[in-house]
Amino acid sequence: MCGIVGLFAKNSEVEANLGALLAPMLFEMSDRGPDSAGVAFYREPVAAGHTKLTLQHDDPDFDWNALRKGIKEAFGASKGIERRANHAVIVAHSEATPVEAWIEERYPDVKIMSAGEAIEIYKEVGRPEAFIETFDIKSLNGTHALGHTRMATESKVTTAGSHPFSTGLDLCLVHNGSLSNHNGLRRMLRREGIRFQTLNDTEVAAGYMMWRQREGDTVTEMMDNAFEDLDGFYTFLIGTRDGFSVVRDPIACKPAVLAETDEWVAMSSEYRSIATLPGAEKAKTWEPAPATVYTWEKEAVR
Amino acid sequence: MTTATDVEVVDLATTPLRELNQRLHDGAAGGPLRWRIVNPNGAHAVAVGVDAPFEIEIEGHTGYYTAGMNKHAHVRVNGNAGVGCGENIMSGSIHVTGNASQACAATGRGGLVIVEGDAAARCGISMKGVEIVVKGSIGHMSAFMAQSGALVVCGDAGDSLGDSIYETHIYVRGSVEGLGADCIEKELKEFHREELGRLLTAAGADAKVDEFKRYGSARRLYNFNIDHAGEY
Repeated sequence: MCGIVGLFAKNSEVEANLGALLAPMLFEMSDRGPDSAGVAFYREPVAAGHTKLTLQHDDPDFDWNALRKGIKEAFGASKGIERRANHAVIVAHSEATPVEAWIEERYPDVKIMSAGEAIEIYKEVGRPEAFIETFDIKSLNGTHALGHTRMATESKVTTAGSHPFSTGLDLCLVHNGSLSNHNGLRRMLRREGIRFQTLNDTEVAAGYMMWRQREGDTVTEMMDNAFEDLDGFYTFLIGTRDGFSVVRDPIACKPAVLAETDEWVAMSSEYRSIATLPGAEKAKTWEPAPATVYTWEKEAVR
Repeated sequence: MTTATDVEVVDLATTPLRELNQRLHDGAAGGPLRWRIVNPNGAHAVAVGVDAPFEIEIEGHTGYYTAGMNKHAHVRVNGNAGVGCGENIMSGSIHVTGNASQACAATGRGGLVIVEGDAAARCGISMKGVEIVVKGSIGHMSAFMAQSGALVVCGDAGDSLGDSIYETHIYVRGSVEGLGADCIEKELKEFHREELGRLLTAAGADAKVDEFKRYGSARRLYNFNIDHAGEY
């Protein structure tokens, strides 16, 4: 099953309250996905030449200060550590690749949830309700956010198997559905140099998107290729630095509802999530057509 | 003592859904005939399995299976309805003022379902006698394996319309993206003109019979052809 939600702010008031607005949407999807929950927030972009990293360690007492000190000595770090449960956000004065390699070499138990200018990914096993509290999701601001509640069908219930999946710098994916050709695709993508942490099908879709974007595809080109290559059922919500895209498989097997007002754009598996938003009853509400990419983006302010 | 003009108001923000549906089921033995349900907020299974001649008005958007299995009741949704609205409707009517999601009136055996806006994919899938009028457009794979009844579409129809159809009458005013296996355009005979006119009037649709084309079964798929016995 699984539930997915997305919220895109059209004004600064919604931006300031993004987490407080997204949390009830995510909670409404608890029945669809009680195993695990996760979010990606796009917020407070770092300056050029810096990389924002969201890191995770299974040990709640892990010494993040030591890790930050190491990064600071190697690359120069700005800002302190922002901790949320067993996740931490660190900003390094570096491009992403060298600092990610540095962490992987010295801290193999630290998982890199996301990297980029604005993205922060938090995800954990357990009830969505507990996730919202533990990670204090309501306190987060941001320009747009994606969320997922998981009911696992084909791979283990683990933090790494939870959504969203990072698909590159400032890119992420959440998925409702299941892919049937993921084993073959995973082998193909490994040959292309894409690495995988789990046996999860969505991670393969994320890896596929990483590969297509590396090859220079735009989101629309990437999805045109995906319609050919991905076999299975899916509603995808794809996060980018400036917005998000919604796409359903050509049979539109999995549900999706979109709603838009002058203040926000919302996406959910079911209307009841959208009903929690102010002004929902007056929103333009519709069901996205199959094999069609719907995109909302902020005009890039850089 | 309740009378026929009393309206029983049920607020789903404070009343559990099961309690509402239980009261609707118990109410068949007597009690209020008119119900008004407020704050559905996308809840699933609102007013399913009603078996009494109630007038039920739902104020707001609903979730899955709204008024499923409906018998005798007249249900109005002032908003959008989720997946499977009016699934297996037996009789009575369901009127959705907004859009309906996938599988609207799926497997319906009787009654009338009216959608003022669009209905998404698989509208009337496996319909078995229900009459459906959609004033907007319908999505792909609609009337898949439809067996009897009528589907009227004032807008356009998506791909694979009427795939593997048996005997349902499909009327479409706009374009058809593609016909499914064994579904063909057919002549609009006097019987069909009367049926279509009756349904347009019943739905209050502002469309003329002459603007529609009829689609139905070529009857090549489901008839056993003795000459081809060796191929089975």
